[in-house]
Amino acid sequence: MSEQKRSFSHVIRERYCKGCSVCVAFCPKQVLVLKNGKVFAERPEQCIGCRLCEMRCPDYAIEIVETGLDKPVEKDAACVDYSVPPEANHA
Amino acid sequence: MPEAKLMQGNEACTLGALAAGLNFFAGYPITPSTEIAELCSEELPKIGGKFIQMEDEIGSIAAIIGASLTGRKAMTATSGPGFSLMQELIGYSAISEVPIVIINVQRVGPSTGMPTSLAQGDVMQARWGTHGDHPVVVLAPGNVRECFDLTIKAFNIAEDLRVPVIVLSDETIGHMREKVVLPDYKSIKVVNRKAPATPAGYLPYKADQDGGVPLMAPFGAGYRWHVTGLSHDETGFPTNKGEVAGDLIKRLMRKVEKAEPVIRDYATESADDCDVLVVAFGSSAMSATSAVRQARAQGVKAGLFRPKTIWPFPEEPLRELAAKAKRIIVPEMNLGQLVLEIERVVAGKAPVERLSKVNCELFRPEEILKAIIGGSK
Amino acid sequence: MSESLDYFRQNRLPHIWCPGCGHGTVTGALTRTLAKLGIDKNNVVVVSGIGCSSRASGYLDFDTIHTAHGRAIAFATGIKLSRPDMKVIVMTGDGDCTAIGGNHFIHAARRNIDITTIVMNNSNYGMTSGQYSPMTPTGMLGTTAPYGNVERPFDLGKLAIACGATYVGRSTSYHVQLLGELLEKALLNKGFSVVEAVVGCPTYFGRKNKLGGAVDMFTWQKDHAVNVKAAAVMAPEKLEGKFLIGELYNQAAPEFTAQYDALIESVRRKFDNFQGGVRGCAQNSD
Repeated sequence: MSEQKRSFSHVIRERYCKGCSVCVAFCPKQVLVLKNGKVFAERPEQCIGCRLCEMRCPDYAIEIVETGLDKPVEKDAACVDYSVPPEANHA
Repeated sequence: MPEAKLMQGNEACTLGALAAGLNFFAGYPITPSTEIAELCSEELPKIGGKFIQMEDEIGSIAAIIGASLTGRKAMTATSGPGFSLMQELIGYSAISEVPIVIINVQRVGPSTGMPTSLAQGDVMQARWGTHGDHPVVVLAPGNVRECFDLTIKAFNIAEDLRVPVIVLSDETIGHMREKVVLPDYKSIKVVNRKAPATPAGYLPYKADQDGGVPLMAPFGAGYRWHVTGLSHDETGFPTNKGEVAGDLIKRLMRKVEKAEPVIRDYATESADDCDVLVVAFGSSAMSATSAVRQARAQGVKAGLFRPKTIWPFPEEPLRELAAKAKRIIVPEMNLGQLVLEIERVVAGKAPVERLSKVNCELFRPEEILKAIIGGSK
Repeated sequence: MSESLDYFRQNRLPHIWCPGCGHGTVTGALTRTLAKLGIDKNNVVVVSGIGCSSRASGYLDFDTIHTAHGRAIAFATGIKLSRPDMKVIVMTGDGDCTAIGGNHFIHAARRNIDITTIVMNNSNYGMTSGQYSPMTPTGMLGTTAPYGNVERPFDLGKLAIACGATYVGRSTSYHVQLLGELLEKALLNKGFSVVEAVVGCPTYFGRKNKLGGAVDMFTWQKDHAVNVKAAAVMAPEKLEGKFLIGELYNQAAPEFTAQYDALIESVRRKFDNFQGGVRGCAQNSD
């Protein structure tokens, strides 16, 4: 039974992003790019939800939200489902 | 009636602090103030208070500002060299409006000077030691009992105006012992800082412009407010607007100006109708008192004006007395510091003679008497 | 208002740190760790000194104080001794902590007072635009070391351990997960805890030393940091030019404020009927 592929969406806070591209450079799946100076989830379907971009971002400009879950993830701070009205949800 | 006790000046400072609600002391050993730290280390644990000997005087004043922020009444004690190290954070206390009390027991300076000898050379440093326009209140005890009274007053002013208050003692006042009868503790008025009622909408530096004192919330009570040494606005966060920074400084200074009539404190002796007015504070005033009495005994109309609050300087009462006096003599154990303020206030209405002594020995009354009589023959 | 940014004063964001500056990453790691530990925002005090690192206190939604240069730990000592029940965190930089603040750092470690000190080491004074600091590697450039730094930098880990700190760790802004783990153990340690975070300063240190931009500085950290566990089994020459990250020291010792509270109890028992004739202060405190 092939494990059902998890999917993630990317909350981008454009006002915070300073275009340092640390997230872009170190994303293990090359999901992110810079688009007119701001991070942009170009290939969101490849995202594996490792959150390294979110953790390394010096400006808290990107946040990973798991999608396609039937029941919401219970509150575990490690991978909290930050249900946030996305400023600019690119997925 | 509380019984009389033989008490040291430094000890009286500590007892006054405890009576005012002292429950945090941080200090560093330095002659001639160390007895204050020693007594605090002994007394504070008894009442659940905290004592710490920090690694230097900068650490000491930093620690008491931190303690005061949590709602404690905090004090440090030092002398010249340590007082010099504390200057930067006296300014921090002033701009952040976190109340603290500093006992500075003066000794011969500058630098190491003569640690166990008397001088009054920190008068201007007490007022202007730290950089920038800033409010500060300086009280000068003239005997052991006043070390007790003025330390209580120092805490009350600090709490009321949220300013740093300095008790400017000296080696003689600090180390000498006198018979002292302390007041009944129940009669002592203790002032506490005004706190806000609720965190909702709390603006830590909101105050009416004319020298208003903002309400002060303690750390650890859910206000989650911000304190900084940067020029800040009423929210407590940094500002780079020149006008806002200027208004802050004006309000801070105005706090003390506005309160001057209330915190004014001085003593006089046969000064109402006198030809020669002697103006002296601290240990010099003890000798001056004796000299004035001896002069009166010889039929010379001498009087004494002794400021206890020396910053802000009590201009009004001095101006009144100076108007009636023919000569003014200012004995000081330095080469002329408070006298500059006296000259400014008297403004030529009467000649002001400086009587400076810097050989580390307190004026003998006859030295002042000679000056009183010398001029008036 | 986003829940993940709950520990931030979101109305103060975006912050002033330069693009790619590691201070933002470290501050984010701290907030995530506090969230993971479920620490009550009303029970935290963040104390900072002066410099880029020390702007962190303004962005965090706790009782915060931005003190004077080098004095954060001394302020924090007064706060912690007054309120031992509160979680006291110092956020400081390499210059703020080990130059002007060095004396307070070594004594707080000696006392083992329960304060978590986060030293954001960007190897220079960023706020004043790039002077070398006591942690700038020998030979590197600074605006005050135009011919190369001739001084030898501190090894902050060894310094902290030698002075008595009971939890010491080092990580980098690249190794952000390890940084979070170290911060967690530091926050839980009942004693003086030091976490050094090696971070890049692209604007000054990076540019002055031609180390490239933010990504290059993060990459440099990846390539030059060796976990202390791995290093233990590596040949010494392999460690040439590398620095150690991970948990460097973790050994409990009596904590200062607890010792003082115990002292108060014993003194008060001895003097329990002590209302003290002349010292029956009406104002007995807590």
